[in-house]
Parts: sequence; structure tokens; C-alpha cells
Amino acid sequence: MIFSLLITGAPYSSQSVTTAFQFASTALQQGHEIHRVFFYADAVHTGSVLATPPQDEMHIPNEWQKLAQDNQLDLVVCIAAAVRRGVLDNGEAKRHEKPAGNLMQDYQLSGLGQLVEAAMISDRMITFAP
Amino acid sequence: MSQIKKSFLLINRQAPYGCSAARDALDVALTASVFEQDISLLFLADGVFQLLKDHQPQGIKQKNLSANLAALPMYDIDQIFVSATALQQRGLNKDQLSLPAEILDDQQIAALISRHDQVMSF
Repeated sequence: MIFSLLITGAPYSSQSVTTAFQFASTALQQGHEIHRVFFYADAVHTGSVLATPPQDEMHIPNEWQKLAQDNQLDLVVCIAAAVRRGVLDNGEAKRHEKPAGNLMQDYQLSGLGQLVEAAMISDRMITFAP
Repeated sequence: MSQIKKSFLLINRQAPYGCSAARDALDVALTASVFEQDISLLFLADGVFQLLKDHQPQGIKQKNLSANLAALPMYDIDQIFVSATALQQRGLNKDQLSLPAEILDDQQIAALISRHDQVMSF
């Protein structure tokens, strides 16, 4: 089956991003395909390269990045939600005259069209809300 | 790609202000309409408060959501469903809603969810 994931909860504040990660890992292990993971609302913080959790806790942004690298996953961060909350790629940082971008590699900023397109292509869109 | 047409059900569970869920869901609805998908909105739990008339959110420095909701028919989004249970629990009735909506009982809501291709929840 082809799945896409919509995540709206904030990493570390809500369990939703971690539950989504476990769902994605298991689905991939079982031979399903993940067309896209869409980080919306507070979930955009998952894409921040600046997140620095304690050593003995799950590093959520890194874990998603690794899962994406190992499985060629498409990690899309909603651009409107992200820029509002201070998650910018280098292009956006330059455009808004900010000192630096902070979007982690292997995540992409893009619009809600990517979410709708994912729902059109996938068999199931699963929401992970806070 | 553009010839794919699916039915989307967006479930709104949160009050209009206090968190961004209501606005987030509306933005998805409008985007899906640009892609010419078949869109229905279901208002459950505190989500029914989104449909009340005369929001006045200026005092809490929020944009008014009513105008965006009022624009839905212009985007051909007119499949609006509301939970009878949620209205009843909150002492609300159909006349207080800002949009024409179909009131559904819990069994009808289950059927509504199952007949859609994609369900997203806010």
C-alpha cells in the first residue's frame, strides 16, 4: 500500500511526531511505500537543524533524516507554517534578510499543494495530530 | 496527475481560536479545491464553534476566520457536515451556524467517513 503522513504536532511537546516515525518505520519494514511525509503546523520544528535534545533522548530531526536517507523518503515541511515559526531554508533566509537558514538537509520547504498531491497519489493519508 | 480525482474529508475538531488547527484545515481545503478535488468538511466536538456567527477575535490579536469560512462556497466547497451530538452537548442549534450544513448523527458520521477516499483530521 502507498501511505502518506500528515503530522501537525510539535516534536518534544506532543507524541505525534514520534508515533508517526514509528508508524513510518514499521510500514517500510513491512514492505509498504511512503509517498511523502508532510510536516504542518507545529510539526515544522522537526526540520530544525538547531534542535538539541539531551544525549539520552531520541533526536527526532536526525532520526527522520536517517529514515529518509535509508528509504529515499520525501520529507516536506509546509513553507507558510515554517517561515512563520522561524524554520527557514537558506533561500528563504536570504529573501527575508535573516542571518541564517536552519532547515536540516534532506527536508524541503514547499506548499500545501504537496500535501494535496500526496493524498491524490496515495492509498491512505494518515494524520498524526497533537 | 491532474485527472486523479479523490474525495477528501477534512475533520475539524478544534475551536476556531486558541490553536491554529481551524485555519490550517481551511488552507488545506482551499488548496484541495484548486486541485479540483471533491471536498467535504465535517465539524465535530469543539470544531462546531468554528461555524458560529459574529466571531470577534481582534481582542486576542487573531484574524477573523468567519470571512474565510464564508468564502468556501466560492471555491465550490459546499459539502458541510456537523455532528448533532456536538451541537447538543454545547447547547447549540442549526440556526446559529454561519453556513448551510447537514446535521448528522453518529452513525451517519461513521458512514460519511467510510465513503471518502482520504480523511485528514485537525
